[in-house]
Amino acid sequence: MSLFIARIKGFIQYKDLMGQLISRDLKLKYRRSVLGYLWSILNPLFIMIIMAIVFSQMFKRGNIPNYPVYLMSGQVIFNFMNLSTKSAIQSINGSAALLKKTYLPKYVFTVSKITSGLIDCIFSMGALLIVMIFTGGVFSWHLILFPLVLAQEFVFNLGLGMFLAATNVFFRDIQYIYNAITTAWMYLTPMFYPVEFLPESLRNIVVHCNPLYAYATQLRDLTLYNCLPDMSMVLYGVIDAILMLVLGVWVFLKTQNKFILYI
Amino acid sequence: MSDIAIDVKDVTIRFNLASEKIDNLKEYFIKLLKKQLLFQEFLAVKDASFQVKKGEAWALVGSNGSGKSTLLKAICGILKPYKGEIVVNGTVSPLLELGAGFDMNLTARENIFLNGTVLGHSKKYMQEHFDEIVEFSELQKFLDSPVKNFSSGMRARLGFAVATIVQPDILIVDEILAVGDYAFQQKCLKRMDEMMSGGTTLLFVSHSIDQVKNLCDHAVWINQGTVERIGEVEEVCDAYMETQISKAQ
Repeated sequence: MSLFIARIKGFIQYKDLMGQLISRDLKLKYRRSVLGYLWSILNPLFIMIIMAIVFSQMFKRGNIPNYPVYLMSGQVIFNFMNLSTKSAIQSINGSAALLKKTYLPKYVFTVSKITSGLIDCIFSMGALLIVMIFTGGVFSWHLILFPLVLAQEFVFNLGLGMFLAATNVFFRDIQYIYNAITTAWMYLTPMFYPVEFLPESLRNIVVHCNPLYAYATQLRDLTLYNCLPDMSMVLYGVIDAILMLVLGVWVFLKTQNKFILYI
Repeated sequence: MSDIAIDVKDVTIRFNLASEKIDNLKEYFIKLLKKQLLFQEFLAVKDASFQVKKGEAWALVGSNGSGKSTLLKAICGILKPYKGEIVVNGTVSPLLELGAGFDMNLTARENIFLNGTVLGHSKKYMQEHFDEIVEFSELQKFLDSPVKNFSSGMRARLGFAVATIVQPDILIVDEILAVGDYAFQQKCLKRMDEMMSGGTTLLFVSHSIDQVKNLCDHAVWINQGTVERIGEVEEVCDAYMETQISKAQ
């Protein structure tokens, strides 16, 4: 219990450091670019337009009412996971200079990477709104529930990020394997195709075991179908997030004292 | 009991000195199959014990690679000792490397805040002491240039200024004054002197025996991980210098 209180105190002491690390990530990302933060909205928008043009011809039969919004909602969810965990995987190795010279709680670096990813994700929600305006999407009050979906995914990403960051300290292969895994994950997440396109057996696995499907479906309920998210999807999403967080934090705490010998 | 600032009890620090670092799975499995996953241990510090009382100034002396910095890292909490225990009473300000927390792409102004929060200060605290830091570092003209364009001396100035704004209970200094011009070195030594007269305990590593003798009252001589001698700064340093000079000849 006293350890727990000490951890909370440490967290409060270093919350400003977390803020500084996040603002560093955001500042450096667009330094010396003319449009700056606008790129966080424009980038997903451009990619969406290209994908919408390519795929809208292919999946016409899928009876999706507003294909660009369908695609974009999936993309927001997938990119948040993809980009934030890929930067989190390097968070401990990349901070070697600091960790070797000062005492700091090590999770600060991983948490700040995932939080930068969340901020980027909120920018791309802006892009999603632009798409909704131009495709005549319906704005209903359900839309304001989107933070609940992102919160679930944030917890999931945090767990995954901590797991990856800790294991990558000992085996640098993880970052390369992970590239292949995310590619497979992208195709197994119904992002640009409807879930009905998958064969029965595979569909069951994706629906029940892929948390990104749960988050994307919830977001689509809000943006596309204007209804409350399906309760079973919320349940899957929350359970997956908590399990992942517990696993990630456990592995991280278990190994963190050995980081210094390997970075 | 409470007048002890740092209590180092039978501390041993172990590293794995395996022929090469195994940090990928392929090598791990090959070595596993060949049964080469031996743990080649290396004790950087062996059974070191000493006590530093509050307000004292201690020096760690010893040749390169003798374990001085490793011991300092363990006292700062960066490394965990393999055996033994280290008890530290009070706040520690570690100056193991000036500007370790600098991000080369950020400007000096942004780095002051980043480095300050790395040391555990709040953003508000840094805003209050910003002018003081800038004044001490004498880098007013370069506040908005990226730190990657700074010389090592300029980085050291900025790092020292940020690290010493607060008066810590324990100040740990590891050979950081090697860069920087004479005037700045004197300025830093003066600031450390001020802190010590304010009650700060100092732990100092330097290869400049003159600086050590000037600043410290006690010394620990570490030789290849073991404590060779503990005592008054004069006698320990003289004994240490004798072996150094005889090695050089």
